[in-house]
Amino acid sequence: MLNKYPLWKNLIILIALVIGFVYALPNLFPDDHAVQITGARSSTEINERVLNRAVEVLQSEGIEIKGSSLRDRNGLIRVLNGEDQLKARPIVQNALGRDYLVALNMAPSTPDWLRSLGAGPMKLGLDLRGGVHFLLEVDMETAVEQRLEALSGQIKRELRDERIRYRGGDLEGREIILSFRDEGARSEAFALVRDQYNQFLLDEQTDGEEFKLVLSLSEQEVKSIQDYALEQNLTTIRNRVNELGVAEPLVQRQGSDRIIVELPGVQDTAQAKRVLGATANLEFRLEARQDAPAAETEVFPFRDQPQRTARLEREIIVTGNNVSNAQQAFDENGQPQVNITMDSVGGDLMNRATRNAIKRRMAVLFIEYRTETEEKVVDGKVQTVENRVVEKGIISLATIQSALGSSFRITGLDSIPEASELALLLRAGSLAAPMYFVQERTIGPSLGQKNIDAGMMSVALGFALVLIYMAFYYRGFGLIANVALTLNLMMLVACMSILSATLTLPGIAGIVLTVGMAVDANVLIFERIREELKAGVPPQSAINAGYSRAFVSIVDANITTLLVAVILFAMGSGPVKGFAVTLSLGILTSMFSGLMVSRSIVNFVYGGRKIQKLSIGGKLANV
Amino acid sequence: MSDTRKQPIDFMGVRKIASVVSIALIVVSIALLATRGLNLGMDFTGGTSVELEYQEAPVLDDIRNQLTDAGYSNFVVQNFGADTTVLIRMRESGNDKLGREVVGALTSGGAELELVSSEFVGSQVGEELREDSGLGLLLALAVVLIYVGMRFQFKFGIASVLPLAHDVIIVLGVFALFQWTFDLSVLAALLAVIGYSLNDTIVVADRIRENFRKMREGDSWHIINESIHQTISRTINTSGTTLVVLLALYFFGGEAINNFSLALMIGVVVGTYSSIYVSANMLMVLNISREDLMVPAKEGVAGEEEEEQPPEWLNRM
Repeated sequence: MLNKYPLWKNLIILIALVIGFVYALPNLFPDDHAVQITGARSSTEINERVLNRAVEVLQSEGIEIKGSSLRDRNGLIRVLNGEDQLKARPIVQNALGRDYLVALNMAPSTPDWLRSLGAGPMKLGLDLRGGVHFLLEVDMETAVEQRLEALSGQIKRELRDERIRYRGGDLEGREIILSFRDEGARSEAFALVRDQYNQFLLDEQTDGEEFKLVLSLSEQEVKSIQDYALEQNLTTIRNRVNELGVAEPLVQRQGSDRIIVELPGVQDTAQAKRVLGATANLEFRLEARQDAPAAETEVFPFRDQPQRTARLEREIIVTGNNVSNAQQAFDENGQPQVNITMDSVGGDLMNRATRNAIKRRMAVLFIEYRTETEEKVVDGKVQTVENRVVEKGIISLATIQSALGSSFRITGLDSIPEASELALLLRAGSLAAPMYFVQERTIGPSLGQKNIDAGMMSVALGFALVLIYMAFYYRGFGLIANVALTLNLMMLVACMSILSATLTLPGIAGIVLTVGMAVDANVLIFERIREELKAGVPPQSAINAGYSRAFVSIVDANITTLLVAVILFAMGSGPVKGFAVTLSLGILTSMFSGLMVSRSIVNFVYGGRKIQKLSIGGKLANV
Repeated sequence: MSDTRKQPIDFMGVRKIASVVSIALIVVSIALLATRGLNLGMDFTGGTSVELEYQEAPVLDDIRNQLTDAGYSNFVVQNFGADTTVLIRMRESGNDKLGREVVGALTSGGAELELVSSEFVGSQVGEELREDSGLGLLLALAVVLIYVGMRFQFKFGIASVLPLAHDVIIVLGVFALFQWTFDLSVLAALLAVIGYSLNDTIVVADRIRENFRKMREGDSWHIINESIHQTISRTINTSGTTLVVLLALYFFGGEAINNFSLALMIGVVVGTYSSIYVSANMLMVLNISREDLMVPAKEGVAGEEEEEQPPEWLNRM
């Protein structure tokens, strides 16, 4: 038994380790504090000139600059420390004006040669760098309801256009019920709906004198409406986050009806929430005629004078969804207004509706969704009940002087901030369905740094203690295990960097735990070797037997742990996921280092020659 | 630590006592869970928490009075880590602006403070998380049962899953006893305990299987005892290194993962114990025999001479 690895095997291990080393390397370079410049609109380009202007302004204010660069439509100016960074942002923002967004960012200082290899440091999670985390839930019931309402409006309009007379149309759950005076009208309507609205399942019901047509949405259609709502909301949220000017935001779908938003570096949660969560929308409706049947009208209060009300038509002309641009401006009396430009569909609809309604009045309804709580006593226990509240208020009711086209203005807003926020919301796109905050977490920057320090401290300490333990207990072999353990840590960091996994505090805990458990493979092997030696097996054979016999136990034990880690990943959220990722990767790298790397070193030290004893500790080992 | 005596330590000799201890611990744990219950963290109940850093160490009662005056009820105020850091927790989970309001109320009293972190969890999210978590634990146990059942033998499957349940219940029991906060990180720790304890159990089981096939003489009792004896030094060493790093994590990892490290430390200790006593005990109770571990026919007719061989590529290493 010679215990020599063939050259190719050593080479493979060496190459793996070198790759690991290179990809782990970027983590040693600390991030630079930087300000990031992006265009407020996607058409705004950041060029050398803009960047130079920013640099000049900063220099004239006495802020030292470490470097500036342009990449992917972003300008990045590195400064020396966090204090300078905080000062730099307003300076640059004022100098460049509102066409540009300036955000705080941490820029990796990976050297170019590493970056050209695609290497970069691990990303830090929010709990390590500070920021806010939101979980938003999309109200799917409302999404479906809104879609049905819109469809019902369209269908009725078509029926009128086709001169098919109907008596009424009600929404009931997920069904639209149209009723007709005679069977002829109903079958005409049936044909129309069947041809043009194939998302409905149709059912004819006759109830005495009433001929009803029941339109119900198929399950598949409901699902696609919900999918659409979520996708639309994701897009909108992304736009809004961009308007906020946050570097490296995360906007992600979670499950079927939730959206995660993470904004690193943001401390003013109030503004972030207002803009993100503002589930405000607009509806344009005509005021109802005096003789309109009650079923087709709705009464709404005015937003600023709740006691004043107006009766509006149930039918919506257009909503904020059709707005293509919106700007805050002032009217001739110096009052804030919002100039709105509709897209072509919106413009058409608006024109069609207002053409025949000159001298009638049109209302702009402002819709806001909020969550309120109340305490209820249920079965003798106090329970908090969350109520989702929809508030609809009229912000303006104005006489239509002439047919409106695709651009017009809205007045009657309270203040300039309100007008500019409404403009922002309309510009960034409205939400297809209301959303509610169901979870929120804010981590201050000082806590982030504290977490990093504490995490690093415990990794270092735990690591050192394990090294001492192993060296003390297994002597020479312990040292080999220690080298393997060190390489394991390096490989783990490299894997996380390559996968650009996010490092969180629980993730660090996972690394610490991996350090403790990774030596298990070596402990198992060394114990086997000791046993073999005790049984009188010569050293070289003992090494071989130790490694091969322990193999099965190691694999079995690690696979089961890996299974548990995968379950943890699949069902866990946020912080737990970070832990699961490091734990799983740690298991894999520790198998590599515990079996292959340590074997290679053992072979290097002991292999290929006659040896009398092994430095593995224990009394009988030296026999 | 390596044992040099010919006679193995009589592990199985105290198995009756161990059984009584284990059963007692489980009963007590379940009773504690039933009566006191877990002190569920905000992740599960929903609610609001605010962590504040004061310039000077504040008097907690003053903060309580301030909050009561501001019209809040149902809150907990406590120091978190340092005496200048204060954690305020509230059960209310409806108002997502509560954290900000609380800070406003406290600052208006003239205190100089900084918001370190705030958290808000809607009650519905918490409820879902509770269900998912329970499901996850059960799923983990089921997967282990299936894997070990396939890889070893069904009796081994049972003998490795029961100790896991034993460990989980006892850790939960300790958390119920001291009313430590049980949050998501503790749940993660609990699953890690499952992984860890399983690791231990598998190593022992592996040796038991090997010895059943290798040792011609001796009854189950003897073989199991011998197997535990052979692996005990590994078990202690691995637990030792793991405990050492967990201690580092507990003392230096910061408040946020204190309970996580606590759960793991208890879990590692209980898991080590259970892999020796509960698992081996179960094998005895299930009346494991050599026949159970005969190499299945598909692996050749070599019968009991055959020892599970590592894959062929490994021998070439």
